[in-house]
Amino acid sequence: MAIPLDKAARYFLLTDFFAGFWLGMRYFFRPKPTLNYPHEKGPLSPRFRGEHALRRYPSGEERCIACKLCEAICPAQAITIDAEPREDGSRRTTRYDIDMTKCIYCGFCQEACPVDAIVEGPNFEFATESREELFYDKAKLLANGDRWEAEIARNLELDAPYR
Amino acid sequence: MDGFFDAGFGLFLLILAECLLVTVLILVALAFLMYADRKIWAAVQIRRGPNVVGPWGLLQSFADFLKYIVKEVVVPSGADKAVYFLAPMISFVLPVIVWAVIPWAPGWVISDMNVGILFIFAISSLHVYAIITGGWASNSKYPFLGALRSAAQMISYEVSLGLIIVGVLVSAGSLNLSRIVEAQAGDWGLFSWFWLPHLPMVFLFFFSSLAETNRPPFDLPEAESELVAGYQVEHSSTPFLLFMIGELMSVVFMCALISVLFFGGWLSPIPGLPDGVFWMVAKMAFFFFLFAMVKAIVPRYRYDQLMRIGWKVFLPLSLGWVALVGLFAQYGLFWGAYQRWIVGG
Repeated sequence: MAIPLDKAARYFLLTDFFAGFWLGMRYFFRPKPTLNYPHEKGPLSPRFRGEHALRRYPSGEERCIACKLCEAICPAQAITIDAEPREDGSRRTTRYDIDMTKCIYCGFCQEACPVDAIVEGPNFEFATESREELFYDKAKLLANGDRWEAEIARNLELDAPYR
Repeated sequence: MDGFFDAGFGLFLLILAECLLVTVLILVALAFLMYADRKIWAAVQIRRGPNVVGPWGLLQSFADFLKYIVKEVVVPSGADKAVYFLAPMISFVLPVIVWAVIPWAPGWVISDMNVGILFIFAISSLHVYAIITGGWASNSKYPFLGALRSAAQMISYEVSLGLIIVGVLVSAGSLNLSRIVEAQAGDWGLFSWFWLPHLPMVFLFFFSSLAETNRPPFDLPEAESELVAGYQVEHSSTPFLLFMIGELMSVVFMCALISVLFFGGWLSPIPGLPDGVFWMVAKMAFFFFLFAMVKAIVPRYRYDQLMRIGWKVFLPLSLGWVALVGLFAQYGLFWGAYQRWIVGG
């Protein structure tokens, strides 16, 4: 019976162990790819689909015309809209609710909107301590729009050439 | 006051103070070693590791400690309560006790007993009880399987650990750890320590101590993918903390033991530099680093592989080495490298 000498030599000289150790030490001194998340953040695409917002025209008039296309297309049926004519005769929503616990962040509402009113902004840090806080109403969505308008407008502009 | 600490109550106070000093220092050091362990492991995997609590995350272990203390203790309804709580305490106390015989520097030892090595082995053999009672008292299947595995593993590797040490004992001519360190003193600094004449056994000792302390790659008792966490599955909160501290403490103790037996304890590696406790600490830190690296780079063994290595490789090798060392020492071969005892000393 032939004894596999080279195999035995490798086994008893612990070559695998030392090779592994050497590799481990090489990795040890590599720069770490981890981001210090709350202090450092990764890059976001202009197409990133985060927290929803209702936008306004520069005049301050809200964009949404209550066409309910977003409500119709929403695959999770997270959007609820009620509408009636305003005093000046224009059609506006009286209620615009998004249940963020149902939303799947597909972005169809944004695609469906003919006036770029409902958009998914770049904000992804909107965790809350209760479920109720995630049932967004019109006031909350408009407030989001006011808060994130600069970033949203920039992202829409950057993505415009590809549409 | 003169001579108050030499006998009676004074001596008792002195020994108590020494014990407290060593225990507290080791427990504090352990907190930072835990952190170092995680940092090293993370670095090899190109992660950052804990870096939030305190500067560079240095206080992470204390945060974890607080968390474990304030958590609820969940006791399984079928558990044997007394044994269930006794097991983690044994697991914590035993690794503390063995530090009594570790010499930190000439004379810096709580109990300079002549059978130091035997004491260590007596105590670390008892450690199996903590694990097997912990697993059995939980009255649950996974802990019991983990405990059985662990008991078999620790007993197997204690045999080869014992035989490996016999070679050193033959060379040193003493069971006293301080004498063993003194026997390694020589004119060539680190080349007069026992690691050179006993080179193969250094590796065997290192791997056996990995198995003995249930560290990866031999952490089969707590193989997460199979047994969840082995014998400690049903232990939560402080009992779990005690198990974990006990485990880490025996790892650090193995670092101390390997430094004393093979790497000259407090002796300076370079002739001319002063000997001292800092060399001992530095050597322990080095071996702890190796322990942490092995955890990061070596995949887990299968149980049958573990048993095969223990009984069919380590045991015959160490047994053969004992015979060889005996021969070398008796006839003074290799310029007396194996014959360092001081007859009648």
